Amino acid sequence: MITLLALVPIVGALLVTLLPRASRGQQLLARHVALGASGVALVVALVIAARFDAGEGGYQMVQEHAWIEPLGATYSVGLNGIGLALVLLTVILTPVVLLAAYRDELPGYRSANSYVAWMLVLEGLAILVFTATDAFLFYVAFEATLVPIYFLIGSYGGEGRQKAATTFLLYNLLGGLLMLAAIVGLYVVSSDAGEASYRLADLANLPFAEDTERLLFLGFMAAFAVKAPLWPFHTWLPEAAASATPATSVLMVSVIDKVGTFGMIRWGLELFPGAADWASPTIMALAVVSIVYGALAAIGSTDIRRLVAYTSVSHFGFIILGIFAFTQTSTSGSVLYMFNHGLSTAALFLVTGIMISRRGSAEISAFGGVQKIAPVMAGVLLIAGLSSLSLPGLAPFVSEFLVLAGTFTVNVPLAVIATLGIVLAAVYVLVLYQRTMTGPLVEQSRVVTELTTREVVVLAPLVVIIIGLGLFPQPMLDLVNPAVAVVLGGLP
Amino acid sequence: MMIWLLVAFPALGAALLLTSGRRSDRHGHLVATAASAASFVWGLVLFFRLLARDSGDRTVTESLFTWISTGQGPGSFHVEMSLVFDPLAALFVLLITGVGTLIHVYSIGYMEHDERRRRFFAFLNLFIAAMLVLVLAGDYLVLFLGWEGVGLASYLLIGFWQHKPSAAAAAKKAFVVNRVGDIGMALAIMLMFKEFGTTEIAAVGDSVAGTAASTITVLGLLLLLGACGKSAQVPLQGWLLDAMEGPTPVSALIHAATMVTAGVYLIVRSNAIFDASETARTAVVVVGLVTLIAGAIIGCAKDDIKKALAGSTMSQIGYMMLAAGLGPAGYAFAIFHLVTHGFFKANMFLGAGSVMHAMDDDVNMRHYGALRTALPVTFATFGLGYLAIIGFPGFSGFFSKDKIIEAALAHNVWVGLAAVAGAGITAFYMTRLVTMTFAGQKRWREEVHPHESPRVMTVPLIVLAAASVLGGLLVLSDWITDWLEPVVGHTEHHHVEILGAEWPPIAVSVLVTAVVAAGVALGWFTYGRKPIASETPERVSVLTRAARADLYGDTINEWVAVRPTVTLARGVAWFDQFGLHRAVTGFVTLIGDGAAAMRTWQNGFVRSYALGVFVGALVLTLGLLAVIWR
Repeated sequence: MITLLALVPIVGALLVTLLPRASRGQQLLARHVALGASGVALVVALVIAARFDAGEGGYQMVQEHAWIEPLGATYSVGLNGIGLALVLLTVILTPVVLLAAYRDELPGYRSANSYVAWMLVLEGLAILVFTATDAFLFYVAFEATLVPIYFLIGSYGGEGRQKAATTFLLYNLLGGLLMLAAIVGLYVVSSDAGEASYRLADLANLPFAEDTERLLFLGFMAAFAVKAPLWPFHTWLPEAAASATPATSVLMVSVIDKVGTFGMIRWGLELFPGAADWASPTIMALAVVSIVYGALAAIGSTDIRRLVAYTSVSHFGFIILGIFAFTQTSTSGSVLYMFNHGLSTAALFLVTGIMISRRGSAEISAFGGVQKIAPVMAGVLLIAGLSSLSLPGLAPFVSEFLVLAGTFTVNVPLAVIATLGIVLAAVYVLVLYQRTMTGPLVEQSRVVTELTTREVVVLAPLVVIIIGLGLFPQPMLDLVNPAVAVVLGGLP
Repeated sequence: MMIWLLVAFPALGAALLLTSGRRSDRHGHLVATAASAASFVWGLVLFFRLLARDSGDRTVTESLFTWISTGQGPGSFHVEMSLVFDPLAALFVLLITGVGTLIHVYSIGYMEHDERRRRFFAFLNLFIAAMLVLVLAGDYLVLFLGWEGVGLASYLLIGFWQHKPSAAAAAKKAFVVNRVGDIGMALAIMLMFKEFGTTEIAAVGDSVAGTAASTITVLGLLLLLGACGKSAQVPLQGWLLDAMEGPTPVSALIHAATMVTAGVYLIVRSNAIFDASETARTAVVVVGLVTLIAGAIIGCAKDDIKKALAGSTMSQIGYMMLAAGLGPAGYAFAIFHLVTHGFFKANMFLGAGSVMHAMDDDVNMRHYGALRTALPVTFATFGLGYLAIIGFPGFSGFFSKDKIIEAALAHNVWVGLAAVAGAGITAFYMTRLVTMTFAGQKRWREEVHPHESPRVMTVPLIVLAAASVLGGLLVLSDWITDWLEPVVGHTEHHHVEILGAEWPPIAVSVLVTAVVAAGVALGWFTYGRKPIASETPERVSVLTRAARADLYGDTINEWVAVRPTVTLARGVAWFDQFGLHRAVTGFVTLIGDGAAAMRTWQNGFVRSYALGVFVGALVLTLGLLAVIWR
């Protein structure tokens, strides 16, 4: 079932590349097919979710096949509540993003076929990353996600795309390299202990020496900290977001960056509980720096895309803080945060992306008084912004408050500093809204016309889920609570 | 008991109006008004049901569903979406929906020519729903939901005329300043979770006994910070005066009668916490007292009729805070004054709106004068509100303010005397306001032809004026203190002692009335007997200048908070893009350069590779020899 889910978008991508791409009309067909494939993936994922036993904290729907026997690598996949939450995020956002990108202007007459195909490939790989229960398989899928993103930024982005793509690749490869060293190290430890194996269940029982465990943990963490992105490893993100299309930014920040925080739980906490415990004070401190630093940088940004990227740096700080506070409340909150942040940031990137593409500039000062001619767009920007500042009643509030409340029980000073972030968040959101939407209509902003029906269809589901999960978050929490309890149960 | 129905009507109204598009422009305002009225009627039904119960059995709790839960075990977070209908909540429900409905009706006329009237009513309904959640919440986190919901509605309504940059800026300022207060609220809730393992209001109250006194004090101070934000108390008062940018019905409903009193509600609702901490109570008294005086002084110097009233609101909420800080002696009177103030201040704000309606939206009182004949109904209703706020014997404000001053005098003579002085200043600035507006000579601008407002606006004024007069009946035979007793505890009867002698309550009333009379006289002789300049005089005292500048609250904020933050933020953004990022990419470039340098060796000539191999072998051999010989 899981393999099927991962294969649907990959097959869809192959199909799309085989389709003719000569004319715009033919490329439109490719877009339809891609949207259809992502729709099928959504349905399959919903079936999986329906068959998933939410009360169970362990891995379900496990599939195992021999793969590279000499290395002990197996193809094994399975789902727990945490993985399922992120898989759901992926399959919900991909069709939204594909539809949002229907009219994206691609540079140099590049065909839309490859553009959408790379997005589908990314979806398939993301599903594999969130379901892999074999460290080697995870590593391969994790590194493989770099390829589609590299091309999505480097070939289809805006100005400065190639430099941004290279920066992205270098940062992530460097992190990945350290993780590779840790993967090799795992093989050594595992084969010393008996038969070499990369299965999570086998690895978790390995008798690590304290130093080895810490080194291996840091290897994994290096990759995850770059991906997440944790201060000070975050500087690739604003560059990449400023050059990518909104659709790419959503996939990158909402989905793929979650691999970092997801990996911290599955391959950090589950595999190296002792080392995670050892490193948690440092990581929590860095997370709090991320929160404040990201928020300040967002306030100071004049480019809308960089602003949104920095808000994510701040939000990832919250997620990481909650994970490493090691309380049921904060860690459940963090997992929920990953899901909610995916939706709220997607809404923010997409609606600002529409604004930017109409205006032809990403500078905040290029806008003014837009709500007069585009009230619905203004409304969506406001709701997306309010969810970003965690207004109660919207989904991100629940997760942010859980993170803070849980952290507060174990580390009061850090929780207090993190709480200051809520004021900064209000500033960066409302200043953005005020400068772009309110006041007298600026002449050059007349081109920023109201949302089209397609754009409303793209944004409406996000808004509905954000409001719905703000008032009724419990179904999602019921999904993640047992898995989080299992993970935290393994900690010293 | 279906308490949720109270919230459902306006919430549904708001959702309907926001999603239904232009088709509903024609009847949207009626739908919203009906929703608010339905909520009021249901509130009355529930109120009478509560009245029929025994006084010990007047708390009804309903849990709708589990809002947030992270599991069953210890240390897990659990919040029920629960509503509590008790005597305190009941009073608020009636105030909010009653005054709210009247203001809906008034707005039908006031906003008639606004093309976005439907959206205005949607926001009003949203506000009513959120405010009801705030006062009905059975859990602090649910209260916080309503708390932020009213903040959002307030933001949307202050900035309703978004095309005005000043309105948009004022809306943002209100939200951000409130967020500073929210830090207090949020941390208080976290502290409750940490200490008590629950955030349910009743359970928190029960857990207070047996908790370290210092913890309770911190809790009280954090809640006070939240209350200061919402209720515009010093030092978070700055946003309220700017909030007058919103349409006047909004100022009446949100920024006078209901939302801004939420801080007082919070403290009274958390009475268990404040009962247990002397320090926290003292802090509340100090905040209330400072704001009481500061607001009154600001009210004396404003020429903008709405800002003068806003200063007055600050000051009156200061009275309520002061009362709440007195503990069990004052809670009931804080609520009593809150209710009567809700009547007379809503009345006067709507009256000011009616005046502005007549004067082409001019708010400068120096352009008014002699409006008593042009606007007879507005003048009459405003006059009754005026008598109520200054505390004219027999009017509602007389009873409610008197009770607070009495309790304050009993608590501490100096606090009490300051409150008495506040009453005098109140009388002065309100006399000034009424005189400048309704009495004296016409100072109207050209092309202004004042006319009385339509019936749809004057009827709510008449109803509110009646309430301003009769609100004092609530205290008859101690009804309100008895009614609130199950929530706030028994109100002790206090004895006022000054200079060792006990003063009977009547003596206090006489003292207050005498001071008020002095204030009225001073106001009349300063503004009523002399012609008033139609331009704001420039040569004025230092105090007047300070009061006009809101006692420099904004200047302080600007230099202490805004500028440092903005400078820091710009610095961080610059550093991140050009400092940190360059440093990292610089390192990468270094590697790249190194690689490029090495690439030159890779030139395809076998002889240079051979040389390389030879040099390498030589170095290796020498190295090995060095190791062996060592």
